[in-house]
Amino acid sequence: MIKSRQDILEIQKSYGQALEKAKARLVVCAGPGCVASGSLLVYEALVQELKDRNLYTTVDCLLEAEDEHDGMLAVSSGCQGFCQLGPLVRIEPEGILYTKVKADGDDIAEIVDAVEVRAVVTHLCYHEPHTQKIVSKEEEIPFYKHQTRVALANCGHVDPQDIRSYIHRGGYQGLANALELTPAEVVERVLEANLRGRGGGGFPAGRKWAIAAAQESDQKYMICNGDEGDPGAFMDRSIMEGDPHSVIEGMLIAGYAIGASEGYIYVRAEYPLAVQRLRQTIKEATDHGLLGANILGSGFSFTIRVKEGAGAFVCGEESALIASIEGDRGMSRPKPPFPAQSGLWGKPTVINNVETLANVPQILTKGVKWFRSIGTPESPGTKTFALTGEVENTGLIEVPMGQTLEDIVFTIGGGIRDGRKLKGVQIGGPSGGCLTESHRDISVDFDSLKKVGAMMGSGGLVVMDENTCVVEVARFFMNFIQNESCGKCTFCREGTLQMLQILQRIVDGHGTLEDLDLLVEVGEAVQLGSLCGLGKSAPNPVLSTLANFRDEYISHVVDKRCPSGVCHNLRRLVISEEKCRSCWLCVKVCPVNAISGSRKEPYKINQEKCIKCDACLSVCKFGAIEEVY
Amino acid sequence: MGWLLVNGMSVALNGEKSLLEVVRNAGVDLPTLCYHPELSLHGACRLCMVEVEGRGVVAACHTPPESGMVVNTNSAVLRRLRKIALELLLSRHDRECTSCLRSGHCSLQDLSNRFGVSDLRFKQERSEHLPIDRSSILVRDPNKCILCGECVRMCGEIQGIGVYGFAHRGAKMQVTTAFQQDLANTDCVHCGQCAAICPTGALTIKPQVDQAWRALNDPTKTVVFQVAPAVRVSLGEEFGMTPGESTMGQLISALRTLGADKVFDTAFAADLTVLEETEEFLERVSSGERLPQFTSCCPAWVKYAEQFYPEFLPHLSSCRSPQQMMGSLIKKFYAKRLEKGPEDIYMISVMPCTAKKFEASREEFTTDGVPDVDLVLTTQELARMIKEAGIDYVNLPETPPDRPFGFVTGAGVIFGVTGGVSEAVLRLGYERITQSELEDVVFEDVRGYSGMRKWEVDLGGQSLTLGVVHGLANAKAVLDDLKAGKVHFDLIEVMACPGGCIGGAGQPISNVSRKVRQERGAGLYHDDVVTAVHKSQQNPDVLEIYEEWLTAPGSHTAHEALHTTYRERGSLWNGRAGVGSKA
Repeated sequence: MIKSRQDILEIQKSYGQALEKAKARLVVCAGPGCVASGSLLVYEALVQELKDRNLYTTVDCLLEAEDEHDGMLAVSSGCQGFCQLGPLVRIEPEGILYTKVKADGDDIAEIVDAVEVRAVVTHLCYHEPHTQKIVSKEEEIPFYKHQTRVALANCGHVDPQDIRSYIHRGGYQGLANALELTPAEVVERVLEANLRGRGGGGFPAGRKWAIAAAQESDQKYMICNGDEGDPGAFMDRSIMEGDPHSVIEGMLIAGYAIGASEGYIYVRAEYPLAVQRLRQTIKEATDHGLLGANILGSGFSFTIRVKEGAGAFVCGEESALIASIEGDRGMSRPKPPFPAQSGLWGKPTVINNVETLANVPQILTKGVKWFRSIGTPESPGTKTFALTGEVENTGLIEVPMGQTLEDIVFTIGGGIRDGRKLKGVQIGGPSGGCLTESHRDISVDFDSLKKVGAMMGSGGLVVMDENTCVVEVARFFMNFIQNESCGKCTFCREGTLQMLQILQRIVDGHGTLEDLDLLVEVGEAVQLGSLCGLGKSAPNPVLSTLANFRDEYISHVVDKRCPSGVCHNLRRLVISEEKCRSCWLCVKVCPVNAISGSRKEPYKINQEKCIKCDACLSVCKFGAIEEVY
Repeated sequence: MGWLLVNGMSVALNGEKSLLEVVRNAGVDLPTLCYHPELSLHGACRLCMVEVEGRGVVAACHTPPESGMVVNTNSAVLRRLRKIALELLLSRHDRECTSCLRSGHCSLQDLSNRFGVSDLRFKQERSEHLPIDRSSILVRDPNKCILCGECVRMCGEIQGIGVYGFAHRGAKMQVTTAFQQDLANTDCVHCGQCAAICPTGALTIKPQVDQAWRALNDPTKTVVFQVAPAVRVSLGEEFGMTPGESTMGQLISALRTLGADKVFDTAFAADLTVLEETEEFLERVSSGERLPQFTSCCPAWVKYAEQFYPEFLPHLSSCRSPQQMMGSLIKKFYAKRLEKGPEDIYMISVMPCTAKKFEASREEFTTDGVPDVDLVLTTQELARMIKEAGIDYVNLPETPPDRPFGFVTGAGVIFGVTGGVSEAVLRLGYERITQSELEDVVFEDVRGYSGMRKWEVDLGGQSLTLGVVHGLANAKAVLDDLKAGKVHFDLIEVMACPGGCIGGAGQPISNVSRKVRQERGAGLYHDDVVTAVHKSQQNPDVLEIYEEWLTAPGSHTAHEALHTTYRERGSLWNGRAGVGSKA
């Protein structure tokens, strides 16, 4: 049981001493990306290898051990970030990072051999793509070097299944600090830190807390929003899986600040590991007295329940999330009243996103000044992103607010794959916008992005090269929104459907210039008129691409061409004069008699008649039918 | 309370909850399709958008008014927004207005006309025509549904049942029933309030006008009509008259013009009900058993009790409703007088109610295969027949109903408004208990429109606690309190529809308006005043029927003809098998 700050410090110290006794700590990444590429097998193989060599040890053994010994710790951690090169294994204390480690073959044996003699397995290290230079230490790899980790500080380092590991890295000291302040002082610190909501909107967390704290009520609720739904985003998932105690600690501090005694973590059921970890963490924290009655002897009591969502994107919206917890259909409700005034079961409720909450303990530990020294004055701190798309280095990253797109895409991301050209960046997922190459120097913070019609969103960052069709990207997101809209309000339900149908027409080659005007008119109406944030931001991908890539839309509707070569129905099938042997086969299979020609002459396809069924393409034995975009 | 500016005009705040109320009170008719003052806020249609200085475009329905606000309701942005919203709603709407029952009474049609939506720029791409549910007395056409959720909230919040809910997401969203069952297989009690509040033709009452014409054109049938009290104060609305204007005389003339052989007044049967029900009540009071007694005139309430509170069924008055008492009189007594068999008589009721259609089909009210009431028409349906026949309703001469079932008292007439049954029973109960004549027949305490009224009445030393509820959610609250032993009542009147029968779903469409209901109610109370006799026990024709046939209230013959039994039904709530609306 942890009853005081002293108990926390004791654990921190003894755990640290135990780690020092070990010869090494081998940290296998068990984040979603690495698991997908087989890291759990790597972990098992590693444990087996250590056991076979009689090197396997555990923290508990080490705690009892008298002094240093040969034992090595094998830990499966949360996401270490560099998903592109997973499975990852990091060797501590040296900080050597091994990439693409395979469970079968010699990789594991080689790693253990090397650790025993303090050497490096160079062929498993990161190779700079252009120079082929070997970089063995994680912190020196450009992908990591230019990041600043606050929310993800522990992710990939701590053992998420051991509270002592979290405490060792300074965990629960923020809570201890908070409980020595008055709730009002805690709110004040978060306000001063200007911690803005990382879930997308950027509303100051302290303001929400202050409103809820000011409400008189017999019951208040603190909700952690873990309903991360943007396609391709996994920042919150990584934190919940890899550093769940930081979420719990953040909720405890928030609950104390607003006067709530009950908390909920709303997490999508598609994150089974996060659900399991959170439940286990809540139990662990409760067993240690950090949840429950009279926490750290302060008189503050707090409990947390996990509520699994059924995977509706709209449930990330506060009022829909509340409806879902209450057992209703996940559907947005009119605001005001705002949740901080009347939320869950009509009681004052604060809802903060996972990443926001993960920042809170750090602010309470390291101070407001430290936090504000990172990022920009209006957007202090950092932001995590799931960096994907056509960059060399994809993965989970965290950068200070105000870093430029250039830094993110070229320095951390390593530039565009295969030396292709950057076309733009889709930031913020279905609520966000598309920025062009000309926005390279834009500062990535809440306000700058909003000014150019994009949005921080929860942190999706998709890099597009010249082979990406922005119209298709817009259509993809509109399709997503149309499937995920709760269907309640006219604009979001019907407006996004009409926008989707127009976009579909355009990529199918039936669009007109008038369609582009209609897209803008409906898009602006949906932005202005929708009931909730989902609808209000839904047109962003379309309107921003229309503003920034209008030429590409015009190619689609006027020239009926897709310059990026993506839109299937805008191809033309033509017959190569050189390759055609006038064999008649294509003429025979064409269902619409679009192919004509006479013997010994190359055939021609009448583009007016062609329905692009590809029948000719599949029968031609000479490869004479070519697709032209 | 402060002031704000609406389109430059200064408007005082008087405790309105929303900007929408303020703006409407200021005389600006902001359009809405999902807002209803008697239901919870929904915020879905987005038509009531206004511009507030410093805040931009907001939905007036869920914006609390604040002193000093500068509100514009008619800017270029707002006009464009409204028009696009309507265009979007129409984009997938089944726009076969010419053959829609609600044409002319459709809010979507009205607003489209009002905002000049003439050029629909969106292609009509409803991928599939959704099936129309005709399983019940209501017709549910999802292709006309604009997803405003009024039926969902009406059934859930006012009636406490929740037959409807939303399903699916995005443009696939639908209002539907649990497990997408046909309405006939749900917990629906047929009150029809969902259809009454529906702004479009998505929920309508299945028309049975053709059956009426068939009977009227059949020379072998003697067509006997009965007209419920609430119909006389609402039918005129269909012909441009004001709600509450009593037109019973014209109504009877119209029925005769349509070909009715006899026209009787259901208020006569209501007088009969008063005698039977009071007798039953006084017996229970003296024995102290099965109290409180619940009224049983409302078939939606009866079905509700059968489904959800079967433990209270013994408490329901065993009296048939006035409609069914009249049916019984006609088929079992009057037919003989006409020297006809019951099958030769075609009994048509004109009711403000949709549940009466269900009631008439209950097997309890069929004798040897012949239903006591053959057909129930709603006020709306009768209006349609009158219009079809080209009758100039407003200028029709007034004629009295036929005897013997045409003479009515004021007590029978006020059955159509909430509290009316209780007041009529009191007019008799008072005299029976105190053994003295009641001078002032008006019981003010019983009147009014609050959803739950409770008062104690002292009748010569005997104190009785009476309750009046309308809206089944209010009934549910009372029943739960009774179950928990928190309250005590002797007599409880329950009407399913807000306001009682005057607010029935068969009435002319007013999209459920409190004002219209109260005007109709005032019309019935006025009819009571101008009627010569105010107490059911003084209806000479009723007394004569007892002498000639029924002997006395509560007698064996009266029980056979005028009383009934109830049965426990399954419901989705209590998980019992046999969910359904089979009569």
